[in-house]
Amino acid sequence: MGESKLDLLQGTLDLMVLQTLAAMGSQHGYGIARRIEQVSGDEVLLNQGTIYASLVRLQQRGWISAEWGTSDNNRKAKFYEITKEGRKQLAEDAAHWQRLAGVMGRVLAMQEEGGKQ
Amino acid sequence: MTVKFQTSNFRRALHRLRSFFRKAPLDRDLQAEMASHLEFAIEENLRRGLSPEEARRQALVRFGGVDQARQQHRETRGLPFLDILLQDLRYTLRTLRRDRVFTIIAVLILGLGIGANVVVFSVVNTILLRPLPFRDSHQLMWIAPPPQKCGMSCATYSADAYDEFRAQSRSYQDITGYMAFSGADNLRLTGRGEPEPATGIEVIGNFFQVLGVQPVKGRLFTADEARQGAHPVTLLANAYWRREFAGDPAIVGKEIDLNGKPVTVVGVLPPSFDFGAVFSPASRIDLFTPLILDDERTWGNIVTLIGRLKPDVSMGQAQAEALMVGPHLCWSVKIAASCGSYVSKGITMQLRTLKDYVSGRLRSSLMVLWCAVGMILLIACVNLSNLLLARAASRSKEFGMRTALGASRGRLVRQLLTESLVLSSSGAILGLALAYAVIAWLAHQGSIALPLLNTVTVDGRALCWTLLIAVSAAVLFGLAPGLKMSSGNLQEVLKDSGPGTSEGKKHERMRGALVISEVALACVLLIGAGLLLRSFLKVLDIDLGFQPDRAASIKVEYDDSAPTGDASAVKRGVIFQQILSRVSGVPGVDGAGLVDFLPLGQNRAWGTPTPKGKTYPPGSLPGPLVYVISPGYVQAMGMRLHGRDFAWSDNLKSEHVVLINSSAARLFWPGEDAVGKVLANGDSDLHVVGVVDDIHADSVEGQPGWQIYYPMTQEGPAGANLVVRTSLPPTTLAGSVLHALRELNPNQPAAEFRPIRTIVDHAVSPRKFFVLLVTIFAEFGLILATLGIYGVISYSVTQQTQEIGIRMALGATQARVLRAVMGKTMRLAVIGIFLGTVASVVVARWIASLLFGTEPTDPATFGAMILIMAAVALIAGYIPARRAARINPMIALRGN
Repeated sequence: MGESKLDLLQGTLDLMVLQTLAAMGSQHGYGIARRIEQVSGDEVLLNQGTIYASLVRLQQRGWISAEWGTSDNNRKAKFYEITKEGRKQLAEDAAHWQRLAGVMGRVLAMQEEGGKQ
Repeated sequence: MTVKFQTSNFRRALHRLRSFFRKAPLDRDLQAEMASHLEFAIEENLRRGLSPEEARRQALVRFGGVDQARQQHRETRGLPFLDILLQDLRYTLRTLRRDRVFTIIAVLILGLGIGANVVVFSVVNTILLRPLPFRDSHQLMWIAPPPQKCGMSCATYSADAYDEFRAQSRSYQDITGYMAFSGADNLRLTGRGEPEPATGIEVIGNFFQVLGVQPVKGRLFTADEARQGAHPVTLLANAYWRREFAGDPAIVGKEIDLNGKPVTVVGVLPPSFDFGAVFSPASRIDLFTPLILDDERTWGNIVTLIGRLKPDVSMGQAQAEALMVGPHLCWSVKIAASCGSYVSKGITMQLRTLKDYVSGRLRSSLMVLWCAVGMILLIACVNLSNLLLARAASRSKEFGMRTALGASRGRLVRQLLTESLVLSSSGAILGLALAYAVIAWLAHQGSIALPLLNTVTVDGRALCWTLLIAVSAAVLFGLAPGLKMSSGNLQEVLKDSGPGTSEGKKHERMRGALVISEVALACVLLIGAGLLLRSFLKVLDIDLGFQPDRAASIKVEYDDSAPTGDASAVKRGVIFQQILSRVSGVPGVDGAGLVDFLPLGQNRAWGTPTPKGKTYPPGSLPGPLVYVISPGYVQAMGMRLHGRDFAWSDNLKSEHVVLINSSAARLFWPGEDAVGKVLANGDSDLHVVGVVDDIHADSVEGQPGWQIYYPMTQEGPAGANLVVRTSLPPTTLAGSVLHALRELNPNQPAAEFRPIRTIVDHAVSPRKFFVLLVTIFAEFGLILATLGIYGVISYSVTQQTQEIGIRMALGATQARVLRAVMGKTMRLAVIGIFLGTVASVVVARWIASLLFGTEPTDPATFGAMILIMAAVALIAGYIPARRAARINPMIALRGN
């Protein structure tokens, strides 16, 4: 863990969780956390514990639902699922992020060109 | 999108609120979830071939702190600020419970301060701020001539003038009025056992319609019922209906006997309508009858005018119109010479809002009261600031420790503010309870002649006011010590800072400044109260022209029916002579007489007699107040008489005689003896047989005008009040006098037997009320200031125990220690008193209009109050000073 990791921007974790649940279907907290770590190539600085604050926030907003269940290897775990409203929200937020990322990319590219001259 | 965002936010807020109350189950749920999370992680690590310990360690590292995660979860799902508040509250309650004495004193001081404020606010709110209890009451106007010395006759209009004014004015929806000359117990309810006295008033038929009062039962008067020859009807006041008729639900349509005549009850008025509270403070009206204007055409000025403006007409427009209409009004349309009689010396109509008429003259008194009570709260806050600063010294280590453990400054200030809020809300609760009790008591004080006083309640506005002053008080007394305490240098605080360190000195300087301001405020209150109190004593000292003590009066019923005026006078003379000789025989009665109007109550003027042979320009003399009396009245009332009293032989066959007051005598025959002179009143001659001192007829404080007395055997009285003088306490005679009256007239109702003193007390009751309150506040301020001085000196003595011990060990005498401490006390007191005196000079000028016979700079009052303040300060300082002087050096030095 020598390399410094990316600090998560406010609100990004919620979006990651939503996307993960949308992609994977029903999943427990550990699974979500692992999945985000894997997808980010371990570049994100994620204390797995923080996922639970995000989960309760999304749940209170009605974007995901939760239920206790049993995992493949017969362990009791709380499983989360994205709701219809959550999917709508995800679509909006994802579009927003993509636009923002696009703009940021263009702006930063412009600065590099400026630096070369 | 925003809508959806809002719904999701709203849903989250609800969830958070619910989570706040479900901490334990949610924590258990999270605990289980985190445990399963770790098990998943350990399992995976084991699969990757790690040892069990390493697997567990790595899982915990990746999880990143179970406690932090739990904390974060709680803050996200619940209401963290509320959690902190509750935490602060719990902590506060714990500390306050530990410091029980401090808490009790603080809550008591605040409770009294806030309670006094709520009471005064409720009174101010009821009398000044709230509109009158009528529909669109801002439209109601009081229409009257400007105040003159001839009493109510110059404040009222005749039936003809009313009709004309109503016909000619365009500004009003309608105009009404009531009979201004009816006194208490003027009716007799018979046919229900013993005759009962009742108080009725005649109102113009449209009275209730104009005021917008709807009956709770039955109906209002109709136009026909106000015409001559109509069957007599009445409306009952709600309280009277409940009291006298036990709230009889079928009262409407029933007949009751008033003065022996059947009268039909047409309705019952609502409880919210209290005629006395608005128009005639501290008197109660039991029933209302329609005023039949045509019966009253020859009676002169009898009605007050009240108009309801049209919605689009301003008061200015109505006033302008009144100035146009007023000069054309006739006292009687049949007498051409009486037209224009409502203008004299350029005085004509003046409009005021009814509200201003009812409560305008109390405005400045109430404002002073309000300021005084505000000052009390200020002193209470300063006092608490002081107490809190004293605590701050002993708590600085606690706060140093909390800072060291990571509490931010904001959090500490928040904690301290929570403490002061808890104190002030406890004070507010205590204060409200006190206020409710005092106001319930006040509302039933029939003897205080303040308008609307019986409708005073702690209403929503007063509750808001309580909340406002409680919060501002908390901020005021909590913030300064809070900031000061939390700003302390951490290291310095945590060091064992003994007494006499710089921090202690700084605290002491601040506390000194607080005590000085307390003393100054208390001084202002004391001097203000002193001036008002002296004014009140001056008012009590006024020579009223009669002796109110050891005399009492009762309304007497008599048979006034006779075919002619002359026959009536003869019959009256016989009855009155009988009554007086019988009553004079009652043991304990030293003198008795009859009068139609008692002083300081109702009064009236008629005619303008002038010395025979002299002429005055018309309208240059206001008519004198007229009293129709029997022989013996002057003596019974304790008036000083020069000349002779009326005799029973002064009757229709003898010459007409009068008594005049000394003001009239001075006016008509300056420098001469008026006795034996003759006044001309129209065609008849009036022989002045005596001169009596001026009596205060209208008010205790006002200057009396001209007064004239006619004998009951020559002029018709408007009723009869028996006045008896006695050497016994007047109330002990009530039974025997009534018994004597009943022997002569079985119809005599059990009217109130009123000591004359109560009439005077009633007249001065508003001033007494204000003086009493301001004096109480001043005393409270004095006590608080004393506590403040005592607290500071006592505290500094405690802090300096060791130092004093050392000094005494080195040879300082007890007297010297005592002197040193007393010197410190006097320094605080003298600066405070000096500042307070300077401020008082300004305040006194501001309240000058409320003073009576007292200069705003009255040196006696200033001197006395300054002495009281200084003496009390000395005593407050002496107690700790003596303690300091008695310090045993051995014990003091061993102490640490």
